Amino acid sequence: MTLSPANEALAAEIIGWFPRARSALIPLLHLAQEQDGYLTDDAMRRVGELVGATPAEVKGTAGFYEMFRFEPVGTYMINVCTNISCLLWGGEELLEHACESLEVEVGGTTDDGMFTVEEAECIAACTEAPCLQVNYRYRGRVTPDDFDRLVEDLRAGRAGIDGHGLLARVRQSIPAERLAGVLPPEQAREAPVWLARNGAAS
Amino acid sequence: MDRQTAVNGYIAHAPGYVHNDGPKLITSRFAHDDSFTLARYEATGGYAGLRAALETTPAAVHDEVRAATLLGRGGAGFPAGVKWGFLPPGKHPYYLVVNGDESEPGTYKDRLLMERDPHQLIEGCLIACYALGLQQCFLYVRGEMAVAQERIAAALNEAYEAGYVGRDICGTDFSVDIVMAWGAGAYIVGEETALIESLEGRRGMPRLKPPYFPAAVGLYGQPTIVNNVETLSNLPWMMVNGAEAYCQYGSESSPGTRMFAVSGHLHRPGVYEVEHGVTTFRELIYGDNFCQGIRDGHELKMFIPGGGSAPWFFAEHLDLPLEARPVGAAGSMLGSGAIVVMDDTTDAVRAAWRVVKFFARESCGKCTPCREGATWLEQILRRILDGEGRPSDIDLLLDIGDNISPGPYPVAAHNGLEAVPFPPRQTTICPLGPSAVAPVVSTIRRFRHEYEAKITRRDPIPIEVVPIGASQ
Repeated sequence: MTLSPANEALAAEIIGWFPRARSALIPLLHLAQEQDGYLTDDAMRRVGELVGATPAEVKGTAGFYEMFRFEPVGTYMINVCTNISCLLWGGEELLEHACESLEVEVGGTTDDGMFTVEEAECIAACTEAPCLQVNYRYRGRVTPDDFDRLVEDLRAGRAGIDGHGLLARVRQSIPAERLAGVLPPEQAREAPVWLARNGAAS
Repeated sequence: MDRQTAVNGYIAHAPGYVHNDGPKLITSRFAHDDSFTLARYEATGGYAGLRAALETTPAAVHDEVRAATLLGRGGAGFPAGVKWGFLPPGKHPYYLVVNGDESEPGTYKDRLLMERDPHQLIEGCLIACYALGLQQCFLYVRGEMAVAQERIAAALNEAYEAGYVGRDICGTDFSVDIVMAWGAGAYIVGEETALIESLEGRRGMPRLKPPYFPAAVGLYGQPTIVNNVETLSNLPWMMVNGAEAYCQYGSESSPGTRMFAVSGHLHRPGVYEVEHGVTTFRELIYGDNFCQGIRDGHELKMFIPGGGSAPWFFAEHLDLPLEARPVGAAGSMLGSGAIVVMDDTTDAVRAAWRVVKFFARESCGKCTPCREGATWLEQILRRILDGEGRPSDIDLLLDIGDNISPGPYPVAAHNGLEAVPFPPRQTTICPLGPSAVAPVVSTIRRFRHEYEAKITRRDPIPIEVVPIGASQ
């Protein structure tokens, strides 16, 4: 599907915060992925219209970034880190356990569509090795038993984690009367007024 | 919460952070479980640095930062005050881009600063914008850091509402918008020109140099300051207490404190705020106030002193101070404040392979030596680990490394061979390619016997003598 009316409104607001609309491309793709769980062709086409990019440019950009998905993935994306600090504390073994217990290959999704398992690069929780993220929420010092319990909790909906696509649960919002004002660069050539405080020195 | 409820220095609400004894310039609020709220921030001196800045001239604020020799905390260690001075006069608008795309293997301090004290970062951004006349700020957070994104979004909402961000800040003529942007999974976007490309809605590939600094040509072709999260988080304290007080911590050439993430085979791995330049690796790894030594029954084999891109160090480097110059001269770099400690159980070839695999995966593909070379390095290391190594593979690895980074590669002294100082030369636009060479050269120089043992372990291929004509 394309963008919902609520997301159209959000998209318009976000575009207004950037001096050039194209800068909103990645935030809007996240919005589309949040809506559908992955990036549909229709949503990408619409995002392209909104920011002035062709469908090829949109997909070409999105394809550079690992988090964007072009096909449905599991409700819960489990990213197990195996980078150096996690390697030292059994990250590869944890990934192997995840794949065996969920009966998937790395990158695969369980038949019931609940879980996708991915091998992640360093996710900045190195002292909590081995660590993983479920839909980008952290779990640290994960043993195989911890992993099995986590999977049970996720299946039972007890883990407090939203479906794939949602990142921050709080959105930035700027009240119109508080916005300093966003202009394209060619219309913002004047020195900011407060620099006059430097007096003759400026 | 208070110190008493912390277990061995760890705090439940900030996993990994260790609240030890020592000066706390940027982690002073981490012990509070509500440290990310405006209420707590204001109750603990928050936004006083901004008010102090607004009472003086922008130029005076810049002078203060220059006087404090605030070194960039992203990896390159360039002085922020000097970088700020590269803005060409009169070419408005200028922009501030905050690099919160922390993804160097082993590194995590920006994530904690964004999750635990987002207002401190926002205040730092405001001080920078005021000092330099930057008209808008873009706060770019790594895509995978969902909690950091929501803490920053919530803090920005509070700050806008309270009049700290946006129009007529604190009732003055200073007005600036801060907009959060966030990535979608690409290590290379941490490189500042790639970050700008990403912020312009494009594939995050580094730009050709020169110009070397986005201060000349940056976002939308305009002069742009790109600063790291930790760098900016230092500004509020500095504005309240002054450069002189700041310089009382750390060493003369590296004042203040720095955050280090120390991971690996340790008793108490953690993220520590450490006095810059005066603390040594030994104190950090073995000191009671820090990591408390290698896990029981084991000895140090090697450590990475500055993130996945840094050449590796060994026991004889433990007494070096945590300061860029001596670490560089000894053949590595302090980089992003990430130390990975490996004990005597670690397979050097496997550890090197894993770091190389990271760079092979994260190469953006723009420069051939990196795109192809990092992948070859990874594949050759993999076959050595799989028992398929060839006797020529060690030389081949070094030769591929030489194509990415020609000439002597930075490496620690060993067996009468002198150290090659940092940085490496490169045939690529950005340092990612040369980074892939670091673990290879470091481990071959030091643990060549481990490579050879794996290569010769391979069973000889039996030669079957087939009589002529027997196949028919």
